[in-house]
Amino acid sequence: MMLHLVNLLTAILLLLGAGFALVGSIGLARLPDIFTRLHGPTKASTLGVGAILLASILFFSAREGLTLHEFLVSLFLFLSAPVSAHLIARAAIHRRCKSICGAPEDP
Amino acid sequence: MTVRSNWLPHPLLSLALLGLWLLLNNSAAPGHLVLGTLLGLLIPVFSRRFWPEATPLVRPGLAFRFALQVVWDIIVANFAVARIVLGPAEAVRPAFVRVPLDVQGDFALTALLSVISLTPGTVSAQIDEERRFLLVHALSSLDSATLAQQIKTRYEAPIKEIFAC
Amino acid sequence: MLNAVVLIALTMLSVALLLNAWRLFRGPDATDRILALDTLYINAAAVIVLYGIHTGRSDFFEAALLIALLGFVSTMALAKFLLRGDIIE
Repeated sequence: MMLHLVNLLTAILLLLGAGFALVGSIGLARLPDIFTRLHGPTKASTLGVGAILLASILFFSAREGLTLHEFLVSLFLFLSAPVSAHLIARAAIHRRCKSICGAPEDP
Repeated sequence: MTVRSNWLPHPLLSLALLGLWLLLNNSAAPGHLVLGTLLGLLIPVFSRRFWPEATPLVRPGLAFRFALQVVWDIIVANFAVARIVLGPAEAVRPAFVRVPLDVQGDFALTALLSVISLTPGTVSAQIDEERRFLLVHALSSLDSATLAQQIKTRYEAPIKEIFAC
Repeated sequence: MLNAVVLIALTMLSVALLLNAWRLFRGPDATDRILALDTLYINAAAVIVLYGIHTGRSDFFEAALLIALLGFVSTMALAKFLLRGDIIE
């Protein structure tokens, strides 16, 4: 019974996570310029992978006893994603990439 | 230099290292606890010169509540971004927004920039040399003044209070 | 039931990987390619975790952690190179 509940929760988290990762990638492929494209991967993909890792924690904890090390990967992704996004945005501004909302004035 | 600042220069870092070690080994066995504590104590001492000025965490309780709020915002933000990404192309109305900064200090700024990048349709894009303005790119901004105000009250104010800067 | 869900999730992630690869080839700017590569890394970590669930072995986690670390470091290096024309100042 307990295992069924855990399986159901794992399944929901997996679908949600894969869905968000897919949405992030669709955003990356579909949006018009580099600055809008940044939004998809930094948010959606990070949360998507976070959900999948949570599912993995649930799955293995229910079978092999408490397992938390996947948490490390999520934590790292959540810390690194904004830093990558910020640096890529700065590089894009530096290279004067086309932006559909006009060039940003120098801050 | 007191004894404490010599041998335990970054207590939070030591705790974080212990947690990291236990998670990496996926066990809280006594042996790992001892080894993790040892590493947590030794690594900050030997890498002291590498670390910038430690930022004191003044309000740990508020920091915890703020972290929960940010996690909630991240989840909500993702549904909003998903709707924009999958919706019609006209829904995308990006804009650059300038946000004046009150927060100072490396750590607090990093925290603010990270939180902005992870939440509702905004990515922090650039910060000027004097750290007075932050350039934020918004995915679908209705009104840039409101957005800047929102960022200031919702994220900057708590961070300012947490690190007392 | 769970096995089917894992396969569905793997399929969705494969589509995501293909979309990333498309952006990687398409460009148009170097920054787009870096972003595509970064996303590719994150999604690859997710695929490996999913594969771990599929086979029921928890040691795939280390591969996922390594990929996440490498992805971050390479993104950092590439973006820094574009910004400064130099990686280590």
